[in-house]
Amino acid sequence: MDRTLDRTITVKVNGREYERSVEPRLLLSDFLRHEIGLTGTHVGCEHGVCGACTVLLDNEAVRSCLLFAVQTNGREVATVEGLDAGPQQLHPIQHGFWEAHGLQCGFCTPGILMSLVPFLEQNPDPTEKEIRDLLSGNICRCTGYQKIVEAVQLGARLIQEKSS
Amino acid sequence: MSTRQFGQPIKRNEDPRLLTGRALFTDDVQMAGMLHAAFLRSDLAHARIRSIDVQGASRRPGVAAVYTAGDLGEFWQPGPLLVPPPPVEQLEFHQRTQVPLARGKVRHAGEAVAMVVAESRYLAEDALDDIFVEYEPLDAVIDLEAALSEGAPLVYEDLGHNVSARVTQTKGDWTQAESEADLVIRRRFLYDRGAAAALENRGIVASWDEKSQRLTIWDTTQAPIAIRNGLASMLGLSERQVRVIAPFIGGGFGPKIMMFYPEEVLLAWAALQLGSPLKWIEDREENFFATTQERGQVHDAAIALKADGTILGVKDIFLHDAGAYAPYGLTVPINSQCTLLGPYVVPSYHSEFTSVFTNKPIVTPYRGAGRQHGVFVMERLLDLAAKELDLDLVEIRRRNFIPPDSFPYSNEIIFQDFAPLVYDSGNYEPALERALELIGYREFIATEQPRREKAGERVGIAVVNYIEGTGIGPYEGARVTVEASGEVSVATGVGTQGQGHYTSFAQVVAEQIGVAVSDVHVVTGDTDLFYWGAGTFASRGAVVAGNAMHAAAAKVRAKILKLAGKKLEAAEEDLELIEGRVQVKGVPQTSISLGQLAVEANPMRGAVQPGMEPGLEATEYFGPERGATASGVHAMILKVDPETFLLEIEKYVVVHDCGTVINPLILDGQIQGGVAQGIGNAFYEQLHFDDNGALLNASLMDYLVPTASDVPNVVSDHVVTPSPLNPLGVKGAGEAGAIPVGALFAQALDNAFRDIGLEVREIPLSPNRLFELVTETAAREAV
Ligand code: FES
Ligand code: FES
Repeated sequence: MDRTLDRTITVKVNGREYERSVEPRLLLSDFLRHEIGLTGTHVGCEHGVCGACTVLLDNEAVRSCLLFAVQTNGREVATVEGLDAGPQQLHPIQHGFWEAHGLQCGFCTPGILMSLVPFLEQNPDPTEKEIRDLLSGNICRCTGYQKIVEAVQLGARLIQEKSS
Repeated sequence: MSTRQFGQPIKRNEDPRLLTGRALFTDDVQMAGMLHAAFLRSDLAHARIRSIDVQGASRRPGVAAVYTAGDLGEFWQPGPLLVPPPPVEQLEFHQRTQVPLARGKVRHAGEAVAMVVAESRYLAEDALDDIFVEYEPLDAVIDLEAALSEGAPLVYEDLGHNVSARVTQTKGDWTQAESEADLVIRRRFLYDRGAAAALENRGIVASWDEKSQRLTIWDTTQAPIAIRNGLASMLGLSERQVRVIAPFIGGGFGPKIMMFYPEEVLLAWAALQLGSPLKWIEDREENFFATTQERGQVHDAAIALKADGTILGVKDIFLHDAGAYAPYGLTVPINSQCTLLGPYVVPSYHSEFTSVFTNKPIVTPYRGAGRQHGVFVMERLLDLAAKELDLDLVEIRRRNFIPPDSFPYSNEIIFQDFAPLVYDSGNYEPALERALELIGYREFIATEQPRREKAGERVGIAVVNYIEGTGIGPYEGARVTVEASGEVSVATGVGTQGQGHYTSFAQVVAEQIGVAVSDVHVVTGDTDLFYWGAGTFASRGAVVAGNAMHAAAAKVRAKILKLAGKKLEAAEEDLELIEGRVQVKGVPQTSISLGQLAVEANPMRGAVQPGMEPGLEATEYFGPERGATASGVHAMILKVDPETFLLEIEKYVVVHDCGTVINPLILDGQIQGGVAQGIGNAFYEQLHFDDNGALLNASLMDYLVPTASDVPNVVSDHVVTPSPLNPLGVKGAGEAGAIPVGALFAQALDNAFRDIGLEVREIPLSPNRLFELVTETAAREAV
């Protein structure tokens, strides 16, 4: 197979630098999941609707199924695997989800968590309406969203408690 | 025991793994040398295949193999019939099940015609473009009534018609009911198709290990054990040579129990042929065609009543859309037929259905599995009757409730588990009362609605009832083992798709053994760890596997007490299990840890005595004689935007009776998620097929799944009427949230537009469709 078009990229993911030679058409979601083995980022639609594949690119939430891996050359990506500081030390948002039963099958969860990280940085004390608006970019087929909303409220409180 | 585990809102054992991205889903399986499959699917719904040319695809670099039906030889077989027709007299049934790759003819859009295996998914998909299929298009069978008319195109020419099955079930004498009635109402009701749209698409990884002579399959299935057994027999392997793992699964909702999907058998077969691990992951578009769907039915129904609203009988004749193949037999339409009767005394019932083959994707159960239709028809009939008889909507229901002292209550006809439809238990009035109270029914009607209508708002209220047959057999099993660490490991055959089994099962076990729920490690869905089982469907996990857990844990508890009695030289009755230890009641000094006991129970020297087993372990099975009947009430207040016809659900109440509750947190989650799916089904989601059988909205952009802005907070409460049919007293809850929502929307909209006499007789709706219905009704009113 013809790999002459491959490009070498260097990208920092969760603080670690990866250098890989990739096809220009390789999606960022596939790069993360299958090239560097970070399978926590999920893929539910591959057309930018469900939000399951959301990661942070230079601290901004993006859909990794709508980006090519080559577009991240020289940039920084954060995925759900980088959120906790080890299995015993969950991020406060993760705690919120655990306590409030904010997940069922958990397939949508990584994408939702990654959408929330920058959101809660900018809105430390969001209203239910604001939370629902933000969440409407992510599909969850299991929970009916109610407990996700509660989880976000709890997560926001936990973040504030931690920083105060 | 110091603290109760059972019945508590305990947070879930599985969550840390899911929250940190460390849970294994099927597409996460990565193996050296793995190849990837892609399928060429027909764009046409009905066509003869003249020729298939795969040469170009085979020659592409990176392509390992291309298969069509002709390459499968003896392996090409229609799939098994999963559920044979029930023992009902004079039933007509024509078995036609799905095939691995289409041969001669395609019968629905998206049916697989060829499979490519290549070094990457990208290359496999590229190669699909190089396959040339020459089709001869045929007229498609789409509309259910047209399918049965003279000269209709045929899905199966050899059959000579499009009838998949005909079933009539009756109780009492409808003709007499009709003749004695003060009022008979007849209407046609429609219910159309939707997709389960689990967020994770389907996927399979198959790997043959030459050295151990074993095939390992990771599969997004709800029924790993049945998949193992079936694949072993199809491939000529022993069951012990096949291991099926259903790892974490991103939502099931029914379609993931369908078997055998063509991809399931082909991946397993090709992995053996090629000797390389092989992966296929469905994409979202494929999911709209290749994963099963549900819900197309047309009902012509009638209800006969006395002037005081007492039901004398119901007659219902309906058509059921089976799709192009019917591997699931009659489960869905039988559920519709049986669920229609609801919590009401219906002295006579005549129900007759025809299941129809169409050129649309395969129909198998999707959350609710036909129950929606039955509830919709019955609740609508009661609404219309109340209007004619000038009775309150709630009052007509109350007058017809089965009284609480009449259980078990027999409805005489046969249910999907082949047992007579007997409700084990129920108490409907308190749940209804509670729902009315929570929604504020009387105040809304008396004051709030008139006030808001005066102010120009359009608001409606609704209250509907339903019952749900849950937790059917045949059986499930569980093995409970106390390990030397003192922690407990538990295995069962059912798979899990987000229902919290790792926690609810752990609670059942923890309650018996006196350990923390977090110290009970549940494994589900790995056929190497538990050999027997049926699967997760029909709201049966908690009921059937839960009771097997209970039985196994009780047996282990007995073993613990016996051994500890010996070690501590105390009578068993004087012992208690507490925080991972056995102690003489009130004397913590005289105690032994479970871990220590587990070691003692597996001695390295001496002899295990005859009749004794080593270890603190037990395996038990539970098979209920018939299903447990859950029930409930949903109530809603909604507001219609007069310009856009968008809805705002202002209040949503569910009062549910699923017997004893294992974990209220998980139960609430199941209800809320079910309601959200029900709302999607009622007002957002509809699969639009054109006359040629092409699906016009096969993407999440065009098929609207509800988002956080569309779904309200659900206020829920529970009435507990334990099931007498199982020791835990539990009933299933997985589908309850979704079942009555269509009926609820119809009633609420009728109520909001009662000034023009709106009568909603179809689901799904949409803002557009509602606008049309309102305009038509208003125009009719005006003349
Ligand atoms: S997978 Fe990227 S948005 Fe759905
Ligand atoms: S928890 Fe299953 S999709 Fe959100």
